[in-house]
Amino acid sequence: MTYLFDMFGYGFAAAASAAETVADYKGDQDGGAAFPPFDPTYFPSQIFWLLVTFFVLYFMLSRIFLPRIGSMIEERSNRIADDLDMASRLQLQAEQAQSSYEQELADARAKAHNIGATTRASVEAEIAKDVEAADVEADRQQAGADARIATIRNQALKNIDKVAADVAAEIVEKIGGFTPNTATVKTAVG
Amino acid sequence: MIAAGLDPIAQFELHKIQELKLGPIDISFTNSSLMMVFTVALIGLWLLLSTRKAALVPGRAQSIAEMSYEFIADMIRSTAGKDGLRFFPFVFSLFIFILFANLLGMIPFFFTTTSHIIVTFTFAMMVIGLVVVYGVWKNGFGFLKLFWPAGVPAVLKILLVTPLEIISFLSRPISLSVRLWANMFAGHILLKLFAGFMIMMVSAFGVFKGGLAALIPFSLTLALTPLEFLVAFVQAYVFALLTCVYLSDALHPGHH
Repeated sequence: MTYLFDMFGYGFAAAASAAETVADYKGDQDGGAAFPPFDPTYFPSQIFWLLVTFFVLYFMLSRIFLPRIGSMIEERSNRIADDLDMASRLQLQAEQAQSSYEQELADARAKAHNIGATTRASVEAEIAKDVEAADVEADRQQAGADARIATIRNQALKNIDKVAADVAAEIVEKIGGFTPNTATVKTAVG
Repeated sequence: MIAAGLDPIAQFELHKIQELKLGPIDISFTNSSLMMVFTVALIGLWLLLSTRKAALVPGRAQSIAEMSYEFIADMIRSTAGKDGLRFFPFVFSLFIFILFANLLGMIPFFFTTTSHIIVTFTFAMMVIGLVVVYGVWKNGFGFLKLFWPAGVPAVLKILLVTPLEIISFLSRPISLSVRLWANMFAGHILLKLFAGFMIMMVSAFGVFKGGLAALIPFSLTLALTPLEFLVAFVQAYVFALLTCVYLSDALHPGHH
């Protein structure tokens, strides 16, 4: 700003020197022709042509050029704003895609884990069931076997009685020389 | 005594190119009018060429046009506020006309329209006229608050502030027009004088001695020329800036 004031100062100094020049000029010309910048002869002409040309300029600028430049600048700033919008929108979309991808990945992982667990559980259940069935079968067969063994043993025991009676009868026959009554032998062995 | 052809005032003389009369008023087309027409034509050509393509990624010419646009728009926004932008075409036209007229005047043998007080005064009166007409139209009597600032004791206002404000308001067109005119006028006189000294020295002391002596005015001319280009820009800028400040008064007369 001080620079501007320097300019003003320069202007005033120039005005002073101009005033001296005016005096010189008047002296030179013996007060004849007026000092050109102050010569009123051409004042109307200068005002008239200044107004005409300035109006033409004003009309030209306000109707054609300034709106054109203004719209160029506005268009550019709109375009930049649009591009920035677009970029942020795309970035948002990319982020969404990324997060949905991760979500899906996690889902898939969870699902796979789930399937594994389910499969394992069902397999284990099946195995357990089979084992149980096998156990039952084994028990059943064991029971059958036990029964059979008991029967055989009973039979054997029964046979033992008969064999003992036979043996006793035979011993009696050999030693005693008589054939004992079967019922008596049985009672004696019994 | 200044030699013929070296008269530093001669460059400001007007001569008729085409005699014209509007009733009793002489509105002849002069060399000054020719430069005004040329200035406007050049601005039109510049903007036509630089905005022709309207590219999304601007070229150099388009960038300059857009920068000028933003420069003036920012200036109005910062001094007169957003509602000052209604005067944007006016301020832009004013700035660009004065800038082109000043710069074109720097070309040798080209007439400088802004070196005539009547031209700068007409500009100043356009500005002040706009301020007064718009200020009264928009604010009515409220426009007078310009001379009755808030937050100052009434006694002080009547005795000191209001008279000063009135004087300052009335001197605005004068300071506005004299500042621009004097800068352009003095700059061109200085350039012409120093350039003239070179020729005078050579003709007075011969080619060798005179040539050596002419180095002094030559270096001064060399130094003054860029300064004058700077002045040409700064004065157009100052004119537009003050226009914004004054228009701000018309928009918001209560507070300044």
